[in-house]
Amino acid sequence: MTTTATDAVLERYEAVIGIEIHCQLRTNSKMFCGCSTAYDGAAPNTHNCPVCLGLPGALPVINRQAVEYVIATGLAIEAHIPERTQWERKNYFYPDLPKGYQISQYAIPLAAHGRLAIETSAGPFVVDITRAHLEEDTAKLLHGEGGGADRTTLVDFNRSGAPLMEIVTEPTIRTVEQARRYAEELQLLLRAIGVSDADMERGQMRVEANVSLRPRGTEPFGTRVEVKNMNSFRSVERAIAYEIERQGHALDNGEALVMETRGWDDGRQLTYRMRAKETSDDYRYFPEPDLPPLRVDAGWVTAVRDALPELPSARRARYIALGLGAYDAAVVTADPTMLMAFDAISAAGSAPAKEVANFVTGAHAKALKAGDANAAGTAGASTPAGIAVLLGAIASGTVTRQVGRELLDRHIADGTQAADLLADAGPSPISDDAALLGHIEAVIAANPRAVADHKSGKPVAGFLTGQVMKATGGAADAARVTTLVRERLNREG
Amino acid sequence: MVFPYHRGMATLTRADVEHVAHLARLGLAEHELTELEGQLNHILEQYAKLAELDTDDIPPTAQVIELETILRDDVVRTSLDPAAVLANAPERDGDFFVVPAILGGD
Repeated sequence: MTTTATDAVLERYEAVIGIEIHCQLRTNSKMFCGCSTAYDGAAPNTHNCPVCLGLPGALPVINRQAVEYVIATGLAIEAHIPERTQWERKNYFYPDLPKGYQISQYAIPLAAHGRLAIETSAGPFVVDITRAHLEEDTAKLLHGEGGGADRTTLVDFNRSGAPLMEIVTEPTIRTVEQARRYAEELQLLLRAIGVSDADMERGQMRVEANVSLRPRGTEPFGTRVEVKNMNSFRSVERAIAYEIERQGHALDNGEALVMETRGWDDGRQLTYRMRAKETSDDYRYFPEPDLPPLRVDAGWVTAVRDALPELPSARRARYIALGLGAYDAAVVTADPTMLMAFDAISAAGSAPAKEVANFVTGAHAKALKAGDANAAGTAGASTPAGIAVLLGAIASGTVTRQVGRELLDRHIADGTQAADLLADAGPSPISDDAALLGHIEAVIAANPRAVADHKSGKPVAGFLTGQVMKATGGAADAARVTTLVRERLNREG
Repeated sequence: MVFPYHRGMATLTRADVEHVAHLARLGLAEHELTELEGQLNHILEQYAKLAELDTDDIPPTAQVIELETILRDDVVRTSLDPAAVLANAPERDGDFFVVPAILGGD
């Protein structure tokens, strides 16, 4: 199915989408016990104690850091942090939940009524966030190979009790792009404030979407389907698009949709039924008697707020104010190494932001890929200050762009001081158009054949530019010469 | 203060008892359901008696001791020996617990 098919459905129906994201928090220990969260790649059932195994009599104690991470997230999404919060038991039976209940937050989440602004191709959009709360992760189930009666499920409790933050939006998302951009922006935010690694493929960030359709111009919500198992942003986009198309076709054909949970199959590029929701979930929430209420006083909130780093939205705005375009500002902000290199080089001199951005997304990124650069703005043997001087020289026209690139390469390769490189590069290039035009006229006069060729439609600008560069001993900006040559030739007709 | 999980006290019907038994994964015979319907309603009557008290000025609590905000620092402590973890497993496969096959569904 293509995006066009989704658009066709959306001409007749409006999509109503809400997103739930679970993310593992970057704590050292689990939510309610001291077992390590560094169980990735460990042998099964090696990171456990009576608390996370749900053994009778074991008592949970709240991890302060996990609470702070949710408060930090709440502040970053402009949510309300209640003075007093509490914990509830969410009761259900499943082999990944040893106690028969999950300790979660229901009545009073740690953060409520937040928002996250995103940019889409149709302009800015604000996603309303209902809540962010804290809970414990479940164990991991592996389904055995055997068939029929021999089929078994294997349980690894290493993940059981790891701190998990659930962030739920209002059903105000209307397009596939908004859904994807929200997930991307939230991941960027969580990483920027350091609360979660939020790697989707590693299950550190799990995105679920509630999708329904209603005929355009009508109010009542349609039958809602929950979609799971989307392990990449691309999957989020494809799965929601698929659901919109599937539901649209069903509604067009008068087929009834059912409340159900569907999984995304990335291989087959479709959603499949995981379980029908014949009755509404009945989790019988009640206050967790093993945990006292949690008071979040104003001083604590202030301390967490003061410790927040610059948020991605603020950073992009600052970069745009420095002179970057919206696209470059977003690209640099989206990469933690790139943004640190950008800040380091910007702070080390007075090179224009645009030049610094070109460098960190170009030569620096290339060196980084080769393992020869770092977030401090250093590439190879270069220094941020040296890079800043050379970028400044390029921007001011002290050297041509081409020569400047060569000087940057040499500075990176052997660390030669930027001042020495500029001194060796010789006199400033001819940046005066009048002087360049003089050279161009001379070259055209000496090559009448070129003008004749141009009139018969042959491309000659490259040849003439080369002649001018030769005449100036390379002391001209080739790109500018080409522009001037083209203008001059166009006057010939 | 409004608690969304609060439900008004009413008589439990047979369907309620069957629903609760299902949620608790209890397979009960007809005569057991009948017996429990009576017992559960008797318990509810006792709570109805408590509800006669005027508690308007008493804040709701789920705790019997007046503690608040008990937190621990994010420090890793040694986990149990896996042999001890698996010692009580009804069935195991290598280092895993084994449970009957789960094929989605609730």
